[in-house]
Amino acid sequence: MTASERRDYDLAVIGGGLVGSAIAWGAARRGERVVVLDEGDLAYRASRGNFALVWVQSKGLGMPEYAAWTKRSSDAWYRFADELRAATGYDVAFERPGGFHLCLSEKELEARAAMLRRLHNQPRMVEYPYEILDHDAVAKRLPEIGPAVVGASYCPLDGHCNSLRLLKALHAGMKSEGAAYLANRGVEVVEQRAGEFRIASASGELRAGKVLLAAGNGNARLAPMVGLKAPVRPQRGQIIVTEKVRRFLDYPIATLRQTDEGSVLIGDSVEESGFDDSVGLGVLSTMAARALRMFPRLAALNVVRTWAALRVMTKDGFPVYDQSESCPGAFVATCHSGVTLAAGHALFLAPMLATGALEPELAHFSARRFDVSQAA
Amino acid sequence: MFRRLHEAEGKAVTLTVDGRPIEAREGDSVAAALLAAGIAVCRTTPVSGAPRAPYCMMGVCFECLVTIDGRGNRQACLVRVEPGMAVATQAGKRELGA
Repeated sequence: MTASERRDYDLAVIGGGLVGSAIAWGAARRGERVVVLDEGDLAYRASRGNFALVWVQSKGLGMPEYAAWTKRSSDAWYRFADELRAATGYDVAFERPGGFHLCLSEKELEARAAMLRRLHNQPRMVEYPYEILDHDAVAKRLPEIGPAVVGASYCPLDGHCNSLRLLKALHAGMKSEGAAYLANRGVEVVEQRAGEFRIASASGELRAGKVLLAAGNGNARLAPMVGLKAPVRPQRGQIIVTEKVRRFLDYPIATLRQTDEGSVLIGDSVEESGFDDSVGLGVLSTMAARALRMFPRLAALNVVRTWAALRVMTKDGFPVYDQSESCPGAFVATCHSGVTLAAGHALFLAPMLATGALEPELAHFSARRFDVSQAA
Repeated sequence: MFRRLHEAEGKAVTLTVDGRPIEAREGDSVAAALLAAGIAVCRTTPVSGAPRAPYCMMGVCFECLVTIDGRGNRQACLVRVEPGMAVATQAGKRELGA
């Protein structure tokens, strides 16, 4: 028996969130023997607490390659959702009507317009349309806005989905492709020995030819074990959800959206709070007050729940995709946009992992960029 | 389905349910008045459309949601009947309302 026949799996994916399961599904569809090691209910699970936007506008200032990668994923999202539905029967409720970022003062609107100009003026920036709209132009498409809305940016590429169903569909998809899913397998040690990876958790060790670190904030600890770096930190976001109401909002807003089932989600706060994922009334009331200025009639709705979740954030806010030089076959993938990038992860990144090497277009996303900035 | 234990207690109060007058007793919750009037289904659920009726009668289960005087998703078991109150059963999601 050769070494590769003794291996348990071709690819071990550490992390069963949106990043890990999208790549696991994509790789299993390419014929890879895949295992996914997931943590238990104590994990921070950004994939269960996110806002579910599939968002393009405003991304990539400082790294135009990220704008291009985001657009590529967004452009593939309908195909991704269709293939996922065909494979699993789950409709993840993807819609791409375009999205708004509403501004509540002239100053906000000017800053927004200036930021988008800078973004789109970058060399190598991918081209796509966006508009800066005044109140009346916004009101034509969003009749419920209040007088406090001064204007908005609008991008036709933005959309949203049901991200809990997305996670469920990806899990169903990877299992139906023969991937093994192991819950409660917090990974303690990963090491490469004799050309294969040994992955140890409290319930034993398994072996794989390749390993992908997709453990969110856990990647910071795991990456150095296989000669990689994933300098990520938690960044808290809080979300308010209302009771379900008949559809009144046909477009997602960066900070507010109506789900396919009718709830209104209000979100997009940003706090540096370490691993504290509790909610706080100060931030929640600010979010609610801004939401009411955007859509005054929301005042009639009852809030049914609030929660906080932790984004997985790098210093520059861009993803890390990297392959190890010292441990060939080890990869890392980490981002704070596991929903937006899910299509790209399943359809473009997973085949690269199946082949065994990242394509050159992903070189910009290597964590080596952080070494350069330190030296500069 | 239900009948009152003490007919004598409380004055009669007339309210409407989906435009039809029903008689309740002063002090009744809207949910109790609905059940006493033989109205078992107070709403259908927002996602699957399954029928629902008052259940816990103490504000916990949120099954008895109805529209009261134009405002949706009121807990019928926590609101007392008033003369002339307009109650509407709900089909699916509530309206955003005023």
